[in-house]
Amino acid sequence: MYTRILVSALFAGACAGLIAGILQLYFVQPVLLHAELYETGALSHFGAVPISAHPELPGFDLMRDGLSLIFTMLIYTGYGLILLALMSLAEDRGAVISGRSGILWGIAGFVAFHLAPGFSLPPEVPGVAAADVTVRQIWWFATVGCAAAAMWLIAFGANWMVWGLAAILLLAPHVIGAPEPEVFAGPVPTEIAALFAARAFGVGLAAWVLLGCFAGYFWQREGVYADATQSA
Amino acid sequence: MTTMTNTRSGLRILPALFALALGGAVIALTGHVQAAALHDAAHDVRHATGFPCH
Repeated sequence: MYTRILVSALFAGACAGLIAGILQLYFVQPVLLHAELYETGALSHFGAVPISAHPELPGFDLMRDGLSLIFTMLIYTGYGLILLALMSLAEDRGAVISGRSGILWGIAGFVAFHLAPGFSLPPEVPGVAAADVTVRQIWWFATVGCAAAAMWLIAFGANWMVWGLAAILLLAPHVIGAPEPEVFAGPVPTEIAALFAARAFGVGLAAWVLLGCFAGYFWQREGVYADATQSA
Repeated sequence: MTTMTNTRSGLRILPALFALALGGAVIALTGHVQAAALHDAAHDVRHATGFPCH
């Protein structure tokens, strides 16, 4: 069982993470590099001279972007481990785990890990004003935990009490409120920040759907393999 | 029959807990630990994934 979870998570996480990393490099990284020009002060808007919205950006950096790819694969392997742990428990309770049903798991994972915390702490470009990082991290983990529990309750709950509890878990972190900065001091134009958040969510959804699909597929495949070696 | 089911879910819950802990550790390490080397290496990814970065 350990092998089945680990092998499935490694394969699914590495595949989904690689695709996520490439999508991020193509769609998100240029927006981030653009924002960094404002963060460092190389560009400044609302000055005397109008600033072009299409400055020359640094190209592909093997060290920096290579590390980004590796870390994306690691993060999605971490997600994969959590997803497959829960999938194995759900299968025990009679759920069918396959590549197809994995897509739903992926969407639920995206809601829990990206959309729920991002609803009040949107994916931020470098150089925006934000509250203390430790406080935001505590809020982030608590929100992800609540949202993940809510997703499980919505999927496997059988009555309105349970679904009501799920709604409370989804709402509570945002009603309580995320840590916010004292003042707005970000030098980055809103156009760049909005595009960054939208792109980060889009890539996140695509990557999570793939992760769920791959996780379900490899889980099923490793199960067939385990059965075959047991009966042989 | 009951004993068999218990044993089976007993066998299943441990690997699941292990994978949950390992996955959580991987995400905390890659996405959240503020050590300078880790932060710099993972900087772009942390932003792009929506983790609180700095």
